[in-house]
Amino acid sequence: MSNSQPDLTPAVAARKRRLSIFAKAGEDALTPLFERFAQTHPIADYTVLRAAEVGTSMVRGRAGGSGAPFNLGEMSVTRMSVRLPSGAAGHGYVQGRSKEAALMAALLDAMAEDGFAEGVDDLVVAPLEDAAKTARAARAAKAAATKVEFFTMVRGEG
Amino acid sequence: MYVAVKGGERAIDNAHAWLAEERRGDTDIAEMSIAQIREQLALAVDRVMAEGSLYDPDLAALAIKQARGDMIEAVFLIRAYRTTLPRFGASAPIDTGAMACDRRISATFKDLPGGQVLGPTFDYTHRLLDFALAAEGLEPSEAPEAAADMADLPHVTDFLAQEDLIQREPEGSDTPRDLTREPLDFPTDRPLRLQALSRGDEGFVLSMAYSTQRGYGRNHPFVGELRTGKVAVEMDIPELGFAIEIGEAVVTECETVNQFTGSKTEPPQFTRGYGLTFGHCERKAISMALVDRAMRWAELGEDNVGAPAQDEEFVLYHADNVQASGFLEHIKLPHYVDFQSELELIRRLRADAMAGQHQEAAE
Repeated sequence: MSNSQPDLTPAVAARKRRLSIFAKAGEDALTPLFERFAQTHPIADYTVLRAAEVGTSMVRGRAGGSGAPFNLGEMSVTRMSVRLPSGAAGHGYVQGRSKEAALMAALLDAMAEDGFAEGVDDLVVAPLEDAAKTARAARAAKAAATKVEFFTMVRGEG
Repeated sequence: MYVAVKGGERAIDNAHAWLAEERRGDTDIAEMSIAQIREQLALAVDRVMAEGSLYDPDLAALAIKQARGDMIEAVFLIRAYRTTLPRFGASAPIDTGAMACDRRISATFKDLPGGQVLGPTFDYTHRLLDFALAAEGLEPSEAPEAAADMADLPHVTDFLAQEDLIQREPEGSDTPRDLTREPLDFPTDRPLRLQALSRGDEGFVLSMAYSTQRGYGRNHPFVGELRTGKVAVEMDIPELGFAIEIGEAVVTECETVNQFTGSKTEPPQFTRGYGLTFGHCERKAISMALVDRAMRWAELGEDNVGAPAQDEEFVLYHADNVQASGFLEHIKLPHYVDFQSELELIRRLRADAMAGQHQEAAE
Protein backbone atom coordinates (compact mmCIF):
# COMPACT_ATOMS: atom_id res chain seq x y z
CA MET A 1 0.00 0.00 0.00
CA SER A 2 1.00 3.62 -0.29
CA ASN A 3 2.44 3.79 3.22
CA SER A 4 5.22 1.40 2.26
CA GLN A 5 8.74 2.66 2.44
CA PRO A 6 10.24 3.13 -1.04
CA ASP A 7 13.45 1.42 -2.22
CA LEU A 8 13.40 -1.81 -0.23
CA THR A 9 16.03 -4.32 -1.32
CA PRO A 10 14.56 -7.35 -3.13
CA ALA A 11 15.30 -9.56 -0.08
CA VAL A 12 13.55 -7.17 2.28
CA ALA A 13 10.63 -6.73 -0.13
CA ALA A 14 10.21 -10.52 -0.33
CA ARG A 15 10.32 -10.88 3.45
CA LYS A 16 7.82 -8.06 3.88
CA ARG A 17 5.50 -9.71 1.37
CA ARG A 18 5.70 -13.03 3.22
CA LEU A 19 5.15 -11.62 6.68
CA SER A 20 2.27 -9.46 5.45
CA ILE A 21 0.37 -12.38 3.98
CA PHE A 22 1.03 -14.55 7.08
CA ALA A 23 -0.33 -11.73 9.25
CA LYS A 24 -3.63 -11.60 7.37
CA ALA A 25 -4.11 -15.31 6.62
CA GLY A 26 -5.63 -16.53 9.88
CA GLU A 27 -4.85 -19.78 11.68
CA ASP A 28 -7.36 -21.90 9.74
CA ALA A 29 -5.87 -21.05 6.35
CA LEU A 30 -2.26 -21.10 7.54
CA THR A 31 -2.30 -24.48 9.31
CA PRO A 32 -2.73 -26.90 6.36
CA LEU A 33 -0.20 -25.01 4.25
CA PHE A 34 2.29 -24.92 7.10
CA GLU A 35 1.89 -28.66 7.69
CA ARG A 36 2.40 -29.42 4.01
CA PHE A 37 5.54 -27.27 3.96
CA ALA A 38 6.89 -28.93 7.10
CA GLN A 39 6.47 -32.40 5.56
CA THR A 40 8.94 -31.60 2.79
CA HIS A 41 11.04 -29.14 4.77
CA PRO A 42 11.55 -30.57 8.27
CA ILE A 43 11.90 -27.78 10.81
CA ALA A 44 14.75 -28.37 13.28
CA ASP A 45 14.37 -27.85 17.01
CA TYR A 46 13.99 -24.13 17.42
CA THR A 47 14.49 -21.93 20.43
CA VAL A 48 11.94 -19.36 21.45
CA LEU A 49 13.45 -15.88 21.38
CA ARG A 50 10.24 -14.27 22.49
CA ALA A 51 7.26 -16.22 23.73
CA ALA A 52 3.97 -15.75 21.93
CA GLU A 53 2.29 -12.61 23.22
CA VAL A 54 -1.13 -11.14 22.50
CA GLY A 55 -1.20 -7.36 22.26
CA THR A 56 -2.47 -4.56 20.09
CA SER A 57 -1.51 -2.05 17.48
CA MET A 58 -3.07 1.39 17.60
CA VAL A 59 -4.62 1.87 14.18
CA ARG A 60 -4.40 5.42 12.90
CA GLY A 61 -6.40 7.29 10.32
CA ARG A 62 -6.01 10.74 8.83
CA ALA A 63 -8.43 13.64 9.25
CA GLY A 64 -10.24 14.03 5.96
CA GLY A 65 -8.42 10.95 4.66
CA SER A 66 -5.34 13.04 3.86
CA GLY A 67 -4.64 15.33 6.82
CA ALA A 68 -3.45 15.05 10.39
CA PRO A 69 -3.08 11.50 11.78
CA PHE A 70 -5.44 10.49 14.61
CA ASN A 71 -5.89 7.39 16.73
CA LEU A 72 -8.85 5.39 15.43
CA GLY A 73 -8.70 2.42 17.78
CA GLU A 74 -6.65 -0.68 18.46
CA MET A 75 -6.44 -4.01 16.68
CA SER A 76 -5.49 -7.29 18.31
CA VAL A 77 -2.14 -8.67 17.18
CA THR A 78 -0.10 -11.67 18.34
CA ARG A 79 3.65 -11.91 17.94
CA MET A 80 6.36 -14.49 18.50
CA SER A 81 10.03 -14.83 17.63
CA VAL A 82 12.07 -18.02 17.19
CA ARG A 83 15.63 -19.02 16.28
CA LEU A 84 16.69 -22.08 14.31
CA PRO A 85 19.86 -24.02 15.24
CA SER A 86 21.57 -22.36 12.24
CA GLY A 87 21.07 -19.00 13.92
CA ALA A 88 18.34 -17.77 11.56
CA ALA A 89 15.73 -15.78 13.46
CA GLY A 90 12.07 -15.60 12.50
CA HIS A 91 9.47 -13.08 13.58
CA GLY A 92 5.75 -13.69 13.33
CA TYR A 93 3.16 -10.94 13.71
CA VAL A 94 -0.42 -11.99 13.02
CA GLN A 95 -3.78 -10.26 13.33
CA GLY A 96 -5.95 -11.63 16.10
CA ARG A 97 -5.11 -13.75 19.13
CA SER A 98 -3.80 -17.03 17.70
CA LYS A 99 -0.48 -18.00 19.27
CA GLU A 100 -0.35 -20.99 16.92
CA ALA A 101 -0.57 -18.70 13.89
CA ALA A 102 2.16 -16.46 15.30
CA LEU A 103 4.40 -19.51 15.82
CA MET A 104 3.78 -20.78 12.27
CA ALA A 105 4.50 -17.31 10.85
CA ALA A 106 7.72 -17.04 12.87
CA LEU A 107 8.91 -20.52 11.84
CA LEU A 108 8.14 -19.90 8.17
CA ASP A 109 9.97 -16.57 8.32
CA ALA A 110 12.97 -18.25 9.93
CA MET A 111 12.97 -21.05 7.32
CA ALA A 112 12.82 -18.49 4.52
CA GLU A 113 15.78 -16.67 6.07
CA ASP A 114 17.59 -20.01 6.36
CA GLY A 115 17.69 -20.71 2.62
CA PHE A 116 14.19 -22.18 2.10
CA ALA A 117 12.61 -19.01 0.76
CA GLU A 118 11.55 -20.69 -2.46
CA GLY A 119 9.74 -23.49 -0.65
CA VAL A 120 8.01 -21.04 1.70
CA ASP A 121 6.97 -18.82 -1.20
CA ASP A 122 5.73 -21.66 -3.42
CA LEU A 123 4.02 -23.79 -0.81
CA VAL A 124 2.63 -21.17 1.56
CA VAL A 125 2.86 -17.59 0.32
CA ALA A 126 1.56 -18.16 -3.21
CA PRO A 127 -1.54 -20.17 -2.20
CA LEU A 128 -2.38 -17.64 0.52
CA GLU A 129 -2.04 -14.76 -1.92
CA ASP A 130 -4.18 -16.58 -4.48
CA ALA A 131 -6.88 -17.17 -1.89
CA ALA A 132 -6.80 -13.52 -0.81
CA LYS A 133 -6.99 -12.38 -4.42
CA THR A 134 -9.93 -14.69 -5.13
CA ALA A 135 -11.80 -13.51 -2.04
CA ARG A 136 -11.19 -9.87 -2.92
CA ALA A 137 -12.29 -10.42 -6.53
CA ALA A 138 -15.50 -12.16 -5.39
CA ARG A 139 -16.50 -9.18 -3.25
CA ALA A 140 -15.50 -6.73 -5.98
CA ALA A 141 -17.68 -8.60 -8.48
CA LYS A 142 -20.68 -8.39 -6.15
CA ALA A 143 -19.99 -4.71 -5.53
CA ALA A 144 -19.74 -4.10 -9.29
CA ALA A 145 -23.19 -5.63 -9.75
CA THR A 146 -24.59 -2.94 -7.41
CA LYS A 147 -23.13 -0.07 -9.44
CA VAL A 148 -25.85 2.35 -10.53
CA GLU A 149 -26.31 2.80 -14.28
CA PHE A 150 -28.03 6.16 -14.67
CA PHE A 151 -30.23 6.95 -17.62
CA THR A 152 -31.98 10.24 -18.30
CA MET A 153 -35.75 10.28 -18.63
CA VAL A 154 -37.09 12.02 -21.74
CA ARG A 155 -37.82 15.60 -20.80
CA GLY A 156 -40.97 17.47 -21.71
CA GLU A 157 -39.44 20.67 -23.06
CA GLY A 158 -38.17 20.83 -26.62
CA MET B 1 -19.31 8.36 50.77
CA TYR B 2 -18.40 4.70 50.53
CA VAL B 3 -18.13 2.43 53.53
CA ALA B 4 -16.95 -1.15 53.21
CA VAL B 5 -19.56 -3.56 54.45
CA LYS B 6 -19.50 -7.31 54.43
CA GLY B 7 -22.30 -9.61 53.51
CA GLY B 8 -24.23 -10.40 50.39
CA GLU B 9 -21.61 -12.75 48.90
CA ARG B 10 -24.00 -15.67 48.69
CA ALA B 11 -26.74 -13.52 47.18
CA ILE B 12 -24.29 -12.15 44.62
CA ASP B 13 -23.00 -15.60 43.68
CA ASN B 14 -26.53 -16.89 43.29
CA ALA B 15 -27.56 -13.85 41.26
CA HIS B 16 -24.65 -14.47 38.88
CA ALA B 17 -25.51 -18.17 38.62
CA TRP B 18 -29.05 -17.21 37.67
CA LEU B 19 -27.72 -14.64 35.21
CA ALA B 20 -25.74 -17.41 33.48
CA GLU B 21 -28.89 -19.54 33.29
CA GLU B 22 -30.99 -16.68 31.94
CA ARG B 23 -28.26 -15.86 29.43
CA ARG B 24 -28.55 -19.34 28.03
CA GLY B 25 -32.35 -19.12 27.94
CA ASP B 26 -34.50 -22.13 27.10
CA THR B 27 -32.14 -25.07 26.68
CA ASP B 28 -34.52 -26.66 24.18
CA ILE B 29 -33.40 -23.88 21.82
CA ALA B 30 -29.99 -24.34 20.20
CA GLU B 31 -27.16 -22.31 21.73
CA MET B 32 -25.66 -19.50 19.63
CA SER B 33 -22.01 -19.83 18.70
CA ILE B 34 -19.53 -16.97 18.51
CA ALA B 35 -19.22 -17.63 14.78
CA GLN B 36 -23.00 -17.31 14.36
CA ILE B 37 -23.00 -13.94 16.10
CA ARG B 38 -19.96 -12.78 14.11
CA GLU B 39 -21.52 -13.78 10.79
CA GLN B 40 -25.21 -13.08 11.34
CA LEU B 41 -25.21 -10.11 13.73
CA ALA B 42 -22.30 -8.48 11.93
CA LEU B 43 -23.47 -4.89 12.38
CA ALA B 44 -23.84 -5.41 16.14
CA VAL B 45 -20.28 -6.79 16.14
CA ASP B 46 -19.11 -3.75 14.16
CA ARG B 47 -20.69 -1.35 16.60
CA VAL B 48 -19.09 -3.07 19.58
CA MET B 49 -15.68 -2.93 17.85
CA ALA B 50 -16.11 0.76 16.96
CA GLU B 51 -17.19 1.87 20.42
CA GLY B 52 -15.06 -0.69 22.24
CA SER B 53 -12.15 0.74 20.23
CA LEU B 54 -10.71 -2.70 19.51
CA TYR B 55 -10.84 -4.40 16.13
CA ASP B 56 -11.40 -8.12 16.80
CA PRO B 57 -14.69 -9.53 15.46
CA ASP B 58 -14.53 -12.77 17.49
CA LEU B 59 -13.97 -10.91 20.75
CA ALA B 60 -16.79 -8.48 19.98
CA ALA B 61 -19.10 -11.44 19.24
CA LEU B 62 -18.11 -13.05 22.55
CA ALA B 63 -18.83 -9.79 24.36
CA ILE B 64 -22.28 -9.59 22.78
CA LYS B 65 -23.03 -13.17 23.84
CA GLN B 66 -21.80 -12.58 27.39
CA ALA B 67 -23.74 -9.30 27.64
CA ARG B 68 -26.95 -10.98 26.43
CA GLY B 69 -27.10 -8.49 23.58
CA ASP B 70 -26.71 -5.41 25.80
CA MET B 71 -24.50 -3.38 23.47
CA ILE B 72 -23.13 -0.94 26.03
CA GLU B 73 -22.30 -3.80 28.41
CA ALA B 74 -20.52 -5.51 25.49
CA VAL B 75 -18.55 -2.33 24.73
CA PHE B 76 -17.61 -2.18 28.42
CA LEU B 77 -16.33 -5.79 28.33
CA ILE B 78 -14.19 -5.03 25.26
CA ARG B 79 -12.77 -1.85 26.81
CA ALA B 80 -11.91 -3.75 29.99
CA TYR B 81 -10.19 -6.54 28.06
CA ARG B 82 -8.24 -4.05 25.95
CA THR B 83 -6.64 -2.53 29.03
CA THR B 84 -5.02 -5.92 29.80
CA LEU B 85 -3.16 -6.02 26.48
CA PRO B 86 0.28 -4.54 25.84
CA ARG B 87 0.49 -2.20 22.88
CA PHE B 88 3.17 -3.20 20.38
CA GLY B 89 3.07 0.04 18.46
CA ALA B 90 0.98 2.26 16.25
CA SER B 91 0.14 1.72 12.61
CA ALA B 92 0.96 3.99 9.74
CA PRO B 93 -2.20 6.00 8.96
CA ILE B 94 -4.47 3.73 6.93
CA ASP B 95 -4.86 4.64 3.27
CA THR B 96 -8.60 4.79 2.67
CA GLY B 97 -7.92 5.69 -0.97
CA ALA B 98 -6.64 2.11 -1.41
CA MET B 99 -9.77 0.61 0.19
CA ALA B 100 -11.31 -2.50 -1.38
CA CYS B 101 -14.77 -0.91 -1.39
CA ASP B 102 -17.94 -2.91 -0.81
CA ARG B 103 -19.86 0.32 -1.05
CA ARG B 104 -19.05 3.80 -2.26
CA ILE B 105 -21.62 6.49 -2.91
CA SER B 106 -21.62 10.24 -3.37
CA ALA B 107 -24.55 12.57 -2.83
CA THR B 108 -22.77 15.40 -4.63
CA PHE B 109 -21.62 13.95 -7.97
CA LYS B 110 -23.75 11.60 -10.01
CA ASP B 111 -21.08 10.56 -12.49
CA LEU B 112 -17.91 10.14 -10.55
CA PRO B 113 -15.00 7.93 -11.60
CA GLY B 114 -15.68 4.44 -10.28
CA GLY B 115 -19.39 5.15 -10.09
CA GLN B 116 -22.02 4.88 -7.39
CA VAL B 117 -21.60 1.44 -5.82
CA LEU B 118 -24.50 0.65 -3.49
CA GLY B 119 -23.08 -2.46 -1.82
CA PRO B 120 -25.09 -4.47 0.72
CA THR B 121 -27.35 -1.64 1.93
CA PHE B 122 -30.64 -1.17 3.76
CA ASP B 123 -31.22 1.93 1.60
CA TYR B 124 -34.18 1.58 -0.79
CA THR B 125 -35.60 -1.38 1.15
CA HIS B 126 -39.23 -0.88 2.14
CA ARG B 127 -38.68 -1.53 5.82
CA LEU B 128 -41.40 -4.18 5.75
CA LEU B 129 -40.81 -7.14 8.04
CA ASP B 130 -39.68 -10.09 5.98
CA PHE B 131 -41.49 -13.11 7.37
CA ALA B 132 -39.52 -15.37 5.07
CA LEU B 133 -36.61 -14.87 7.51
CA ALA B 134 -38.76 -16.34 10.29
CA ALA B 135 -38.81 -19.62 8.41
CA GLU B 136 -35.42 -21.15 9.05
CA GLY B 137 -33.40 -23.05 6.49
CA LEU B 138 -34.13 -20.83 3.51
CA GLU B 139 -30.79 -20.01 1.93
CA PRO B 140 -30.67 -16.65 0.12
CA SER B 141 -29.94 -16.81 -3.59
CA GLU B 142 -26.40 -15.91 -4.62
CA ALA B 143 -25.89 -12.18 -5.11
CA PRO B 144 -25.36 -11.27 -8.78
CA GLU B 145 -21.85 -10.52 -9.95
CA ALA B 146 -20.50 -8.22 -12.63
CA ALA B 147 -17.12 -7.50 -14.15
CA ALA B 148 -15.14 -5.47 -11.64
CA ASP B 149 -12.47 -2.86 -12.14
CA MET B 150 -9.95 -3.53 -9.39
CA ALA B 151 -8.43 -0.02 -9.54
CA ASP B 152 -8.49 2.19 -6.43
CA LEU B 153 -11.46 4.53 -6.23
CA PRO B 154 -10.43 8.19 -5.98
CA HIS B 155 -11.85 10.35 -3.19
CA VAL B 156 -14.52 12.79 -4.32
CA THR B 157 -12.97 15.61 -2.30
CA ASP B 158 -9.76 15.23 -4.34
CA PHE B 159 -11.64 16.57 -7.39
CA LEU B 160 -12.72 19.67 -5.48
CA ALA B 161 -9.25 20.09 -4.02
CA GLN B 162 -7.73 20.16 -7.50
CA GLU B 163 -9.69 23.35 -8.17
CA ASP B 164 -9.00 24.69 -4.66
CA LEU B 165 -12.76 24.76 -4.08
CA ILE B 166 -12.42 22.87 -0.84
CA GLN B 167 -10.20 23.51 2.12
CA ARG B 168 -7.06 21.37 2.09
CA GLU B 169 -6.49 19.25 5.16
CA PRO B 170 -3.65 20.65 7.26
CA GLU B 171 -0.81 18.35 8.27
CA GLY B 172 -0.54 17.31 11.88
CA SER B 173 1.75 15.64 14.38
CA ASP B 174 2.92 12.13 13.51
CA THR B 175 2.11 11.11 17.08
CA PRO B 176 -1.40 12.40 17.73
CA ARG B 177 -2.67 12.83 21.29
CA ASP B 178 -4.27 9.67 22.62
CA LEU B 179 -7.12 9.83 25.09
CA THR B 180 -6.53 6.22 26.16
CA ARG B 181 -3.10 7.26 27.44
CA GLU B 182 -3.68 10.75 28.82
CA PRO B 183 -6.66 12.42 30.46
CA LEU B 184 -8.96 14.42 28.21
CA ASP B 185 -7.63 17.99 28.44
CA PHE B 186 -9.17 21.11 26.95
CA PRO B 187 -8.76 22.75 24.56
CA THR B 188 -8.42 19.69 22.36
CA ASP B 189 -7.26 19.44 18.78
CA ARG B 190 -9.01 17.85 15.84
CA PRO B 191 -7.15 14.48 15.99
CA LEU B 192 -8.16 14.04 19.63
CA ARG B 193 -11.78 14.96 18.85
CA LEU B 194 -11.88 12.47 15.98
CA GLN B 195 -10.63 9.71 18.29
CA ALA B 196 -13.27 10.55 20.89
CA LEU B 197 -16.06 10.71 18.31
CA SER B 198 -15.05 7.46 16.64
CA ARG B 199 -15.36 5.57 19.96
CA GLY B 200 -18.30 7.67 21.14
CA ASP B 201 -21.81 6.32 21.58
CA GLU B 202 -23.61 6.04 18.26
CA GLY B 203 -26.89 7.33 19.68
CA PHE B 204 -25.25 10.33 21.30
CA VAL B 205 -23.20 11.29 18.24
CA LEU B 206 -26.28 10.80 16.04
CA SER B 207 -28.36 13.11 18.23
CA MET B 208 -25.66 15.77 18.29
CA ALA B 209 -25.41 15.59 14.49
CA TYR B 210 -29.18 15.76 14.18
CA SER B 211 -29.26 18.86 16.38
CA THR B 212 -26.97 20.65 13.91
CA GLN B 213 -29.31 19.73 11.06
CA ARG B 214 -32.26 21.10 12.99
CA GLY B 215 -30.55 24.46 13.43
CA TYR B 216 -28.38 24.25 16.55
CA GLY B 217 -25.14 25.13 14.77
CA ARG B 218 -26.24 24.41 11.23
CA ASN B 219 -23.34 23.63 8.88
CA HIS B 220 -24.98 22.74 5.56
CA PRO B 221 -23.46 19.31 4.92
CA PHE B 222 -23.53 17.26 1.75
CA VAL B 223 -22.29 13.70 1.88
CA GLY B 224 -19.43 14.11 -0.58
CA GLU B 225 -18.63 10.48 -0.19
CA LEU B 226 -19.40 7.47 1.93
CA ARG B 227 -17.36 4.30 1.56
CA THR B 228 -17.08 0.98 3.35
CA GLY B 229 -14.52 -1.70 2.72
CA LYS B 230 -11.31 -3.34 3.73
CA VAL B 231 -8.01 -1.54 4.24
CA ALA B 232 -4.59 -2.93 5.07
CA VAL B 233 -3.00 -1.95 8.38
CA GLU B 234 0.75 -1.50 8.25
CA MET B 235 3.08 -1.14 11.23
CA ASP B 236 6.83 -0.70 11.66
CA ILE B 237 8.43 -3.75 13.23
CA PRO B 238 11.53 -2.64 15.14
CA GLU B 239 13.24 -6.04 15.14
CA LEU B 240 12.89 -6.21 11.36
CA GLY B 241 13.70 -2.59 10.58
CA PHE B 242 10.83 -2.25 8.13
CA ALA B 243 7.05 -2.16 8.11
CA ILE B 244 4.74 -5.07 7.34
CA GLU B 245 1.01 -5.37 7.02
CA ILE B 246 -0.09 -6.72 10.37
CA GLY B 247 -3.69 -7.15 9.37
CA GLU B 248 -6.65 -5.62 7.64
CA ALA B 249 -9.80 -3.97 8.86
CA VAL B 250 -13.20 -3.12 7.48
CA VAL B 251 -13.83 0.58 8.05
CA THR B 252 -16.48 3.13 7.06
CA GLU B 253 -15.50 6.61 6.00
CA CYS B 254 -17.70 9.65 5.46
CA GLU B 255 -16.48 12.91 4.00
CA THR B 256 -18.88 15.80 4.10
CA VAL B 257 -18.62 18.84 1.89
CA ASN B 258 -19.99 21.83 3.74
CA GLN B 259 -21.20 25.10 2.33
CA PHE B 260 -19.08 27.95 3.61
CA THR B 261 -19.32 31.56 2.55
CA GLY B 262 -16.04 32.56 4.13
CA SER B 263 -15.25 34.18 7.44
CA LYS B 264 -12.92 36.78 8.90
CA THR B 265 -9.98 34.45 8.28
CA GLU B 266 -10.97 32.08 5.44
CA PRO B 267 -11.99 32.71 1.79
CA PRO B 268 -15.26 31.28 0.44
CA GLN B 269 -14.70 27.59 -0.23
CA PHE B 270 -16.18 24.30 0.78
CA THR B 271 -15.08 22.94 4.14
CA ARG B 272 -14.94 19.39 5.40
CA GLY B 273 -16.26 17.16 8.11
CA TYR B 274 -14.80 13.71 8.58
CA GLY B 275 -16.06 10.45 9.99
CA LEU B 276 -14.17 7.16 10.23
CA THR B 277 -15.19 4.08 12.19
CA PHE B 278 -14.24 0.44 12.49
CA GLY B 279 -16.70 -1.86 10.75
CA HIS B 280 -19.74 -0.98 8.71
CA CYS B 281 -21.16 1.80 10.89
CA GLU B 282 -22.58 4.16 8.33
CA ARG B 283 -24.97 6.16 10.48
CA LYS B 284 -22.18 6.70 12.97
CA ALA B 285 -19.64 7.79 10.33
CA ILE B 286 -22.04 10.39 8.88
CA SER B 287 -22.95 11.64 12.36
CA MET B 288 -19.29 11.89 13.28
CA ALA B 289 -18.55 13.99 10.20
CA LEU B 290 -21.31 16.47 11.04
CA VAL B 291 -20.21 16.84 14.65
CA ASP B 292 -16.55 17.10 13.61
CA ARG B 293 -17.47 19.97 11.29
CA ALA B 294 -19.51 21.72 13.98
CA MET B 295 -16.59 21.64 16.42
CA ARG B 296 -14.24 23.24 13.85
CA TRP B 297 -15.91 26.65 14.23
CA ALA B 298 -12.93 28.30 15.94
CA GLU B 299 -10.37 27.07 13.41
CA LEU B 300 -12.55 28.35 10.54
CA GLY B 301 -13.23 31.72 12.17
CA GLU B 302 -16.97 31.07 12.49
CA ASP B 303 -19.16 32.43 15.25
CA ASN B 304 -19.85 30.30 18.27
CA VAL B 305 -23.64 30.46 18.32
CA GLY B 306 -23.74 28.54 21.58
CA ALA B 307 -25.03 25.33 20.00
CA PRO B 308 -24.38 22.14 22.00
CA ALA B 309 -22.56 20.50 19.06
CA GLN B 310 -20.08 23.39 18.92
CA ASP B 311 -19.14 22.90 22.56
CA GLU B 312 -16.24 20.45 22.62
CA GLU B 313 -16.34 20.04 26.38
CA PHE B 314 -20.02 19.21 26.32
CA VAL B 315 -19.70 16.79 23.41
CA LEU B 316 -16.50 15.02 24.40
CA TYR B 317 -17.32 14.70 28.09
CA HIS B 318 -20.65 13.08 27.29
CA ALA B 319 -19.96 11.00 24.17
CA ASP B 320 -18.47 7.99 25.91
CA ASN B 321 -21.14 5.47 26.85
CA VAL B 322 -18.88 3.43 29.16
CA GLN B 323 -17.98 6.48 31.24
CA ALA B 324 -21.56 7.71 31.18
CA SER B 325 -23.16 4.44 32.20
CA GLY B 326 -20.49 3.83 34.83
CA PHE B 327 -21.34 7.06 36.57
CA LEU B 328 -25.04 6.78 35.97
CA GLU B 329 -25.40 3.21 37.14
CA HIS B 330 -23.27 3.57 40.25
CA ILE B 331 -26.17 5.39 41.90
CA LYS B 332 -28.09 2.12 42.09
CA LEU B 333 -25.35 0.57 44.26
CA PRO B 334 -25.60 0.84 48.05
CA HIS B 335 -25.51 4.40 49.36
CA TYR B 336 -26.89 3.47 52.77
CA VAL B 337 -24.57 5.68 54.81
CA ASP B 338 -24.99 8.67 52.46
CA PHE B 339 -28.69 8.30 52.69
CA GLN B 340 -28.66 7.86 56.49
CA SER B 341 -27.00 11.25 56.89
CA GLU B 342 -29.51 12.81 54.47
CA LEU B 343 -32.31 11.26 56.49
CA GLU B 344 -30.88 12.64 59.74
CA LEU B 345 -30.59 16.08 58.18
CA ILE B 346 -34.14 16.13 56.86
CA ARG B 347 -35.50 14.94 60.22
CA ARG B 348 -33.64 17.72 62.07
CA LEU B 349 -34.64 20.45 59.60
CA ARG B 350 -38.21 19.28 59.67
CA ALA B 351 -38.26 19.17 63.47
CA ASP B 352 -36.82 22.70 63.63
CA ALA B 353 -39.37 23.98 61.12
CA MET B 354 -42.27 22.36 62.97
CA ALA B 355 -41.04 23.73 66.30
CA GLY B 356 -40.88 27.22 64.70
CA GLN B 357 -44.46 26.92 63.46
CA HIS B 358 -45.71 25.84 66.90
CA GLN B 359 -43.94 28.79 68.48
CA GLU B 360 -45.51 31.21 65.96
CA ALA B 361 -48.94 29.72 66.55
CA ALA B 362 -48.48 30.06 70.29
CA GLU B 363 -47.52 33.74 69.99
